[in-house]
Amino acid sequence: MIHSLFLINHSGDIFLEKHWKSVISHSVCDYFFEAKEKAVDPEDVPPVLQTPHHYLITVHRGKLFFLSVVQTEVPPLFVIEFLHRVADTFQDYFGECSESVIKDNVVTVYELLEEMLDNGFPLATESNVLKELIRPPTILRSVVNTLTGSSNVGDTLPTGQLSTIPWRRADVKYTNNEAYFDVIEEIDAILDKSGTTVFAEIQGVIEASVRLTGMPDLTLSFMNPRLLDDVSFHPCVRFKRWESERTLSFIPPDGNFTLMNYHVSSQNPVAIPVYVKQSISFFESGPCGRLDITIGPKQTMGKTVEALMVKIHMPKAVLSANLTATQGNYTYDLPNKVLVWDIGKLNPQKLPNLKGILSLQAGAPKPEDNPSLNIDLRIQQVAISGLKVSRLEMFGEKYKPFKGVKYVTKAGKFQVRT
Amino acid sequence: MSVQNFPPIYSTVVEIFQWLKSVYKNISFPEKGSCLSSGRSLAPRGRRSCSSIGCIVSVPFGSHNNVWSTGRDPAIWEADTDAVYAALSHHLWSTFTAPEAKSSNEDLKEMLESNKESLKLEAMKRVVGLIAKGKNASELFPAVVKNVASKNIELKKLVYVYLVRYAEEQQDLALLSISTFQRALKEPNQFIRASALRVLSSIRVSIIVPIMMLAIKEASADMSPYVRKTAAHAIQKLYSLDPDQKEQLIEVIEKLLKDKSTLVAGSVVVAFDEVCPDRIDLIHKNYRKLCNLLVDVEEWGQVVIISMLTRYARTQFTSPWKEDNEKAFYESEEEKKDQTEATPYTMDPDHRLLLRNTKPLLQSRNTAVVMSVAQLYWHLAPKHEVNIVTKSLVRLLRSHREVQYIVLQNIATMSIQRKGMFEPFMKSFYVRSTDATHIKTLKLEILTNLANEANISTILREFQTYVKSQDKAFAAATIQAIGRCATDISEVTDTCLSGLVLLLSNRDETVVAESVVVIKKLLQTQPTQHSDIIKHMAKLFDNISVSMARASILWLMGEYCERVPKIAPDVLRKMAKTFTAEEDIVKLQTVNLAAKLYLTNSKQTKLLTQYILNLGKYDQSYDIRDRTRFVRQLIVPNEKSGALNKYARRILLAPKPAPMLESAFKDRDRFQLGTLSHSINSKATGYQELSDWPAVAPDQSVRNVEVVEPSSSESEEQSSDESDETSSDSGKSSSGSEKSSSESEPEQKKKTKTKKAPQKKSKAAAAVTAPSFGPVKTHELLHHMTGKGLSAKYHFPRQPCLYQPSMVAVQVILANSSDHSLEKIHIGDRSPAGLNIHCFNTIERLEPEASVTVSMGIDFSDSTQAANFQLCTKEDQFSVSIQPVVGELLMPSTMSEQDFSKEQGGSFAGRTVSSGALVLVSLELKESSALLTINTEKSVMASMLLRDLKQALALA
Repeated sequence: MIHSLFLINHSGDIFLEKHWKSVISHSVCDYFFEAKEKAVDPEDVPPVLQTPHHYLITVHRGKLFFLSVVQTEVPPLFVIEFLHRVADTFQDYFGECSESVIKDNVVTVYELLEEMLDNGFPLATESNVLKELIRPPTILRSVVNTLTGSSNVGDTLPTGQLSTIPWRRADVKYTNNEAYFDVIEEIDAILDKSGTTVFAEIQGVIEASVRLTGMPDLTLSFMNPRLLDDVSFHPCVRFKRWESERTLSFIPPDGNFTLMNYHVSSQNPVAIPVYVKQSISFFESGPCGRLDITIGPKQTMGKTVEALMVKIHMPKAVLSANLTATQGNYTYDLPNKVLVWDIGKLNPQKLPNLKGILSLQAGAPKPEDNPSLNIDLRIQQVAISGLKVSRLEMFGEKYKPFKGVKYVTKAGKFQVRT
Repeated sequence: MSVQNFPPIYSTVVEIFQWLKSVYKNISFPEKGSCLSSGRSLAPRGRRSCSSIGCIVSVPFGSHNNVWSTGRDPAIWEADTDAVYAALSHHLWSTFTAPEAKSSNEDLKEMLESNKESLKLEAMKRVVGLIAKGKNASELFPAVVKNVASKNIELKKLVYVYLVRYAEEQQDLALLSISTFQRALKEPNQFIRASALRVLSSIRVSIIVPIMMLAIKEASADMSPYVRKTAAHAIQKLYSLDPDQKEQLIEVIEKLLKDKSTLVAGSVVVAFDEVCPDRIDLIHKNYRKLCNLLVDVEEWGQVVIISMLTRYARTQFTSPWKEDNEKAFYESEEEKKDQTEATPYTMDPDHRLLLRNTKPLLQSRNTAVVMSVAQLYWHLAPKHEVNIVTKSLVRLLRSHREVQYIVLQNIATMSIQRKGMFEPFMKSFYVRSTDATHIKTLKLEILTNLANEANISTILREFQTYVKSQDKAFAAATIQAIGRCATDISEVTDTCLSGLVLLLSNRDETVVAESVVVIKKLLQTQPTQHSDIIKHMAKLFDNISVSMARASILWLMGEYCERVPKIAPDVLRKMAKTFTAEEDIVKLQTVNLAAKLYLTNSKQTKLLTQYILNLGKYDQSYDIRDRTRFVRQLIVPNEKSGALNKYARRILLAPKPAPMLESAFKDRDRFQLGTLSHSINSKATGYQELSDWPAVAPDQSVRNVEVVEPSSSESEEQSSDESDETSSDSGKSSSGSEKSSSESEPEQKKKTKTKKAPQKKSKAAAAVTAPSFGPVKTHELLHHMTGKGLSAKYHFPRQPCLYQPSMVAVQVILANSSDHSLEKIHIGDRSPAGLNIHCFNTIERLEPEASVTVSMGIDFSDSTQAANFQLCTKEDQFSVSIQPVVGELLMPSTMSEQDFSKEQGGSFAGRTVSSGALVLVSLELKESSALLTINTEKSVMASMLLRDLKQALALA
């Protein structure tokens, strides 16, 4: 299935390669470089490429390309999903997934890749299983290892591999038993010029951080499960219980994980937390344009809108921006033509405004299209769909855990067309 | 790694030059070392620096400052520089890494040969670092391989990594390590056994093929499922190393396919796909098991099993897609299926089993699993059931860019055939300015496919936004899409056309050009009354420079020259002036235009035409010369031209069929969805065609499995076995599980439930499906008041009796509620005297408040006559009796459908425990009543069973 993996940075250097079958020369990546040359943006490189003898399936994560080589028919999503899982694992182990971190931990990375695939087929991808096989590097452990000569590699089969619950390791012990759940909702929306909603939907995710001793069996129930239209679960969730009772019943993995993703039924109207008044115009004569943006609260459920940010991908001809912001700062990134206005907290009494002149390249034609605004925001303590967790129960263990649920609403792909 | 490490560097550079010299014979060399500078020297123009290893070697190239002289012309040198540079840098790389490796490899070698574990480990880590960077560390092989038997697990693992990488190159030395692995294969630690097999099978040395074969065979029978999984992986490795082993490997695959562990299932199917995908016969017996295990298999295994089962199902079941009169039937309740005599099609229960068991996986977090279920439904499910995958596919669009790309491709193919599936989710395909170009184009494709009379205005409004996009390639694609909408939906053709005409005054040339091309196609579909547009385009003609657009306008002029009689000759006049400077495609269309005008309006255009034909005659391009000659012969009458001339007008001005504007995904459905081949739109190596449905279903009984002896230790697997066995009972296989997707299921459930509750003792049907999980009703055998403190309860565990097959298993719970301990509890006399009872062993002592569970077996001889016996303690004897209900006297039995009736309403096959007589129960549902039939040779039993069942169903 997956033959080889090459890690490539943005400047096109192959800095790591791993082969699960026979060795493939890194010249195979030239086809990828060719495609990368053609693409304007690294995001535009097609994920699946065909070369005379191989197929290249590439994933772009955190300024790195994970390029895998396959030789025979395989579902491309299988490879893509796996590559993302590899990146997730690196993130999980080293805190970030970047070239420098991978280079610093090249041995651990190699050991991980060795365990994750056997002959190109995934062997262990559960983080809990991997962590028993290869312990994540910590400063303390590396000191201890150098002193005692013990190693980071386990020599027994992780219990998870054999059990029917591979996501949980055995003999977990904590002095503080805690189970926290974050209900995070994202609003995906497209608003048109006049501010009417073209398209809006709410996607949610429940992130869990569970540190409980032993083998707890948890049940999480909602006040209003009917809101949930489409769901996907971590494998630990018992699907039959969900089908019959609409509760989440599961033996949780140890540590942080995504319990479920959901989509809120489209029958419910989506509350749009802010409105945007904007006018961006370019003059027919003279190399400049005008920009004026004001943002105000709309349906915020009585909470404050925080971390408000506006991002605008300007037309190529825009050379600089001379603007004044009544609140927050703006920056104009010339090479990428991105204007970022970081507002922060939205004050309903004094609406933030950004206004000023955009200067264009002399002689360039007036840009045809006005750029759209991408808005980022966060509202604490509320799930915009109104979803509420009613209770969390624990079975199977005797102690009383600390429990907590937190709600956050964010802007997902929130775009205002101008 | 400083410069001091490289004393031989001078000679290396000289070596390079010598090598270069052999390439470019006429290079003369500068003084030794003059082109080497260490540190960060400024490179003059034309110099390239190579700083890979801490010192900079600057190579002056193509510069005219004569570092060396060359016999070549400087201009040519410039051109060659890149080629030479590429070759040189490659050579530099290999020559320079080699000495570096050599020098540092020396100390690595020393470290590896030292006695200190920590040094060895450090060295191995550095070696692995080299491998990761793709550098050659093969010469360390002897030093590394010595450590293969190290006690330090991390060191050992790193040695494994090294071995697997270089064994192929150092075959002889690699053999030294084999015995270590052979030893490790016998280790008690399953993890070590598995890793040893993994490494052993990864060593690609053909000499050890027999050893590998042996190891795989042994491992495939290992106790540990993890080792067996590794064996399944090893099968593919061995197969790719030596395909001659195929036959033996198939035997191992056959064995592993029977494996009941969820861990092995995915891996062995991968091996099957790789080694013998055509041996479908190996799947038959395991089909039901795989279906039932599927939910518990790890996610990667699910993907491969599902796609294999999709192929399997297409060879084994008949098509559920009968269109004609069954369409109405499909929309009605599926329940009615059994009554509708007109419909010959009934879904094979195994087919249904697969659909039912894969459905929950649509909720998987793994996008590959969701996609594979979606394609399974697309290729196997009845048309009206496919819609359930829509939501899940749309959900995947929230995932990473790459996932979106693949999913959108598949949706594009699906949406051509089935608009309705995705229409409610149309807005999810709206394009955002931040999407990558290929995502945008795919979304556009889907939106176009979804367009119909009802939503076209919404879609067109959306398209208007896209046309203005800064991404011009995308804007052009949008115009194409508008053209497609206009041809597909005749109501909006005019709207689209006027919209496109507006675009002709757009400032961007690509937009204008694309509009012209699309307008041309549209006008062709309905040329009447559009002379305004043609005139408008003629006016624009001077400002358009994209050749495809110019050519399109010219073609339009020619084709409809009679509608614009004044303008067309003028356009031709302009073209005559610029003819020589035009692109070929424009020239060809000019010649066409000239010819058509000559035929319709020779008075005005005769001279112009002749002029253009003359220009064409001496054109550089063959095509144009050919065309010109052809056209001249055709239109200008002369002696030689003959009959053809008369038909010139009919030839050139024949009404032409309008072009079809079609989706690029139109013929993608020849590939199985979700595959690599579908994604790249060409057949990938190893792609397995999805076969067409067979006209007649092959024998279904091949999937029947003989009753497997349940082993008590593995209760989970046992349950799946049980449902395996019963699945032959016409589709009630998973009534034990709670999922109900088919209509017959609730009925089934009801039946089992009611049997449990009011009938008290008769629970045969429940026992069939869920032997170990069904709530078990206990009955009083001896009350503690009568038993002087000893109480006894019993229940029927509904498992085959361990002692004799003709016995019914009974479990007795004995409890002591007195204040003294009871001794010597055993079974005494029994009546009728011939009653065959397997007694439990005498219990020596039962403490107060203690209880004990014992099992015994009783042969009831297929009668409901009570079994009476005495329960004795040391002091007392108590007469007790067990009266079984008829249901307890039955055992589930497997039989093929042909042997049994084919009704789906709910049926059950069993055997009596003692004599093994067949008992067949069938339930046939009519509109308001049900017909219950019981067939058995034991008539008394039949009537009793009938009474009990009737009672139970009535209560429900």
